Amino acid sequence: MEKTNKNYSRRSFLKVTSISGGGMMIGFGWLASIKPNEVLAGTPAAEKWVELTGFVKITPDNQVKIMSPNPEFGQNVITSMPMIIAEELDADWKNVQVEQADFNTPKYKRQFTGGSQSIRQGWQILRKAGAAARLMLLQAAAAEWKVPVAELTTSQGMVHHANSNRSINYGSLSTAAAQLPVPENVVLKKTTEFSLLGTHQKNVEGKKIVRGQSLFTMDYRQEGMLIAMTIRPSAFGMQLKSYDASAALQMPGIKDVFDIKVYKEGYERAGFDTRTFNHLLVVVGRSTWEVMNARKKISIQWEPIRETKEVVAGWGGKQEELIPAGLENTADHVKKMQDMQKKPGRVLRKDGHPEEAFAKAKKVLERTYSAPFLPHNTMEPISCFAHITDEKAFFVAPTQAPEFIKPTLVANLGIPASSIDIQLARMGGGFGRRAYCHYMVEAGLISQKMKAPIKLIYTREDDMTNGIYRPAYMVTYRAAINEKNEVTAVHIKGGGIPENAIHADRFPAGAFDNYLAEGWQIPSNITIGAFRAPRSNFIASAEQSFLDELAELIGKDPIDYRIELLKRAKTNPVGKNNDYDADRYIGVLELVKEKSNWRKENNKELRRGVAAYFCHNSYAAHVVDVTMKNGQPVVDKVVSALDCGVVVNPEGAKNMVEGAVVDGIGNALFGGLRFEKGEPMQKNFHQYRMIRHNEAPKKIDVHFVQNTIDPTGLGEPPFPPIFGALANALYKATGKRLYQQPFINELNKKG
Amino acid sequence: MAKMTLTINGKKQEVDVDPATPVLWVLRDHLNLVGTKYGCGVGSCGACTIHLNGRALRSCQLPVSAVGSQEITTIEGLSDNGDHPVQKAWLELDVAQCGYCQTGQIMTAASLLRSNPHPSDAEIESAMTGNICRCGTYTRIKEAIKTAAGTSGK
Repeated sequence: MEKTNKNYSRRSFLKVTSISGGGMMIGFGWLASIKPNEVLAGTPAAEKWVELTGFVKITPDNQVKIMSPNPEFGQNVITSMPMIIAEELDADWKNVQVEQADFNTPKYKRQFTGGSQSIRQGWQILRKAGAAARLMLLQAAAAEWKVPVAELTTSQGMVHHANSNRSINYGSLSTAAAQLPVPENVVLKKTTEFSLLGTHQKNVEGKKIVRGQSLFTMDYRQEGMLIAMTIRPSAFGMQLKSYDASAALQMPGIKDVFDIKVYKEGYERAGFDTRTFNHLLVVVGRSTWEVMNARKKISIQWEPIRETKEVVAGWGGKQEELIPAGLENTADHVKKMQDMQKKPGRVLRKDGHPEEAFAKAKKVLERTYSAPFLPHNTMEPISCFAHITDEKAFFVAPTQAPEFIKPTLVANLGIPASSIDIQLARMGGGFGRRAYCHYMVEAGLISQKMKAPIKLIYTREDDMTNGIYRPAYMVTYRAAINEKNEVTAVHIKGGGIPENAIHADRFPAGAFDNYLAEGWQIPSNITIGAFRAPRSNFIASAEQSFLDELAELIGKDPIDYRIELLKRAKTNPVGKNNDYDADRYIGVLELVKEKSNWRKENNKELRRGVAAYFCHNSYAAHVVDVTMKNGQPVVDKVVSALDCGVVVNPEGAKNMVEGAVVDGIGNALFGGLRFEKGEPMQKNFHQYRMIRHNEAPKKIDVHFVQNTIDPTGLGEPPFPPIFGALANALYKATGKRLYQQPFINELNKKG
Repeated sequence: MAKMTLTINGKKQEVDVDPATPVLWVLRDHLNLVGTKYGCGVGSCGACTIHLNGRALRSCQLPVSAVGSQEITTIEGLSDNGDHPVQKAWLELDVAQCGYCQTGQIMTAASLLRSNPHPSDAEIESAMTGNICRCGTYTRIKEAIKTAAGTSGK
């Protein structure tokens, strides 16, 4: 703890050297129990920031700095999280400077970006931090003016005493406030009292972004820094056997070539320790281009891996993972999944008597959906800066999950946890990929070997072929329909390579008396990971396409039919563990219906599809309008409705939804990584089709359900339902139901 | 290795590099102009877009030996204070999500507006097609270009 304090004050000083003036920094770690004296001891006399809580710093000349705790990869929490603090602090937002916090979870409580949880889980922490700082300033003003705290008010960074017509800015109170104990109990504002939240505030890093200032790990540099690249097998199922680097070592600028094992022998992996290619070849040199060239000059022999079993300590406890040998192909993946669909799966949930209902059915609708592996393709390829010395392990890293990787670094670099210092760089995209920070171990090992600061860079090809993909999936939906044209049972069976996508307790579970969900999985040596709600984005697509086809078969409007099912699930739910709030689901469907002007007569002219989904605590619905031009789909318009509770920063929230819509349409139409003999067949953007400007929707209208429910996230929730809404719209435009992603392949098939 | 004098953002800069080095890496590794981004290295994503004599070009595909006396402009030199109309429009529309591709997008857009001050939607789409944004900010980018062109809302 003491060490953290000293580092913190030193680094703070480095960042504020441009601020002139005397005084001392006095740190109160509301959330970290930092003792003021310890901080004072390590703080240069020129320091002037007064720290009120772990998140808020104020100077006597009234500059207010708010730390943003979570890693930023484009979801703009660097604006919205400090806004939450500023709201309770009653700061003048125009006067607030925001700074990305370094990794110091005892101080910032929670520094994980993923699962759409930043705002949801930060909500109370951030509000209390702002409210505590405000109360300390009030108490300081009360002492100064010798009036009761209850007579004071705050607004726009000022404390007011109406009775004596006095006002004072926060800066003038900050030194005195910092002497006070941090209050443990604070009163938070009512939602109706918010003045900053719910207003549009621009991205606090916007100016730096448009000017191309150094923000990303790729941009980081330090005196004496070397560039490192790794070489991995070109195919899954292969490993390094031997190499000859003599020619590469003769190349200009090359410092060394060696091999590393990412995880030590016998290391028990945690859930986010991906196992892709543990044995890597490393090339280190003085410049990127020289290292790139030298990589080509190494002669390498690869050999097949043997089947292994490894124990992984994931969130669900320790599990044995089978890593099969062999070189896998996409065609075999599909065949294997089809074979699994013919056998009974593991029962995940069963309500009523589905077998009887199917036996008695007059009609059965059965449809099978599938989707391929997807690479994340963040625009910034993987990179990491590391400088490991005897005293310190310093990283500049694009990481969504510094807390997850810390014990991995300790175990595999042989360094004490207290020496680890991680600067959380802005990430050029994340989407789940950067929760798996094997590259930090790699960079650390390389720095240790070179005894130098190094920046590890993945080429686009390294990035795209390194695994951690969204898994490949298949699922079959069946519905039993009786003679009255009523759906009497639903059966879902599916799985994936290597994980299952079925969420058995989600809608439409709860809406049917007879319901069966079964799952299976197929082991693979291709690695997978989080990908903007990986299971949800596939299963939502299948489910929402199936419900659309089912509604059509029984002659119902697709929105009305979903609402009918949700009303049933609300008034008379089947089962007890249904994982959704039917009212909020209905809310987004009704909002999207209204805003898209969804009417029978209207819908005849338009080629439109609808879908709704709930995952990661927020509700989303989309209506997509498409037309076909020269055999290619053109998305004319998307109308989106979201329920994420209180909307913190509306324009930022809209941007997230628009992005999810574009990203989802792109992945649904074009996404898919193919494998032949274990090798990814697309390695860069000339081979892998990404959605581009001309393929994006011409217009996206985003609407939020207005309520005062505590906010939830938007990174994942708008993404899964866009796949199904698009498929349903394409059906209206082409007369063809689409079952296999990427849809463009099916659309381009003749007949 | 070869010594070369380049004109970058109006300033002469001397570098001593392998003549085959793409301008992208000369800018990033040797001149610390990191606003020009590496995204693919094969000219397929647009993150590394610069202007050569005012025209947008992929710097990952341009060997430094081919530059000669031609003028290079990077995002750092597009304007003095980040106040090029395209940069201002980007801020007004709050375009960026992760922001990594945006400097390349801005350089392509600035070049488009220079040759075609009032592009149609189709012309914008066509000019911008080489710039990928995985975050999916395309609709905002288009609106920002129209704002910069003064054709927004038409």
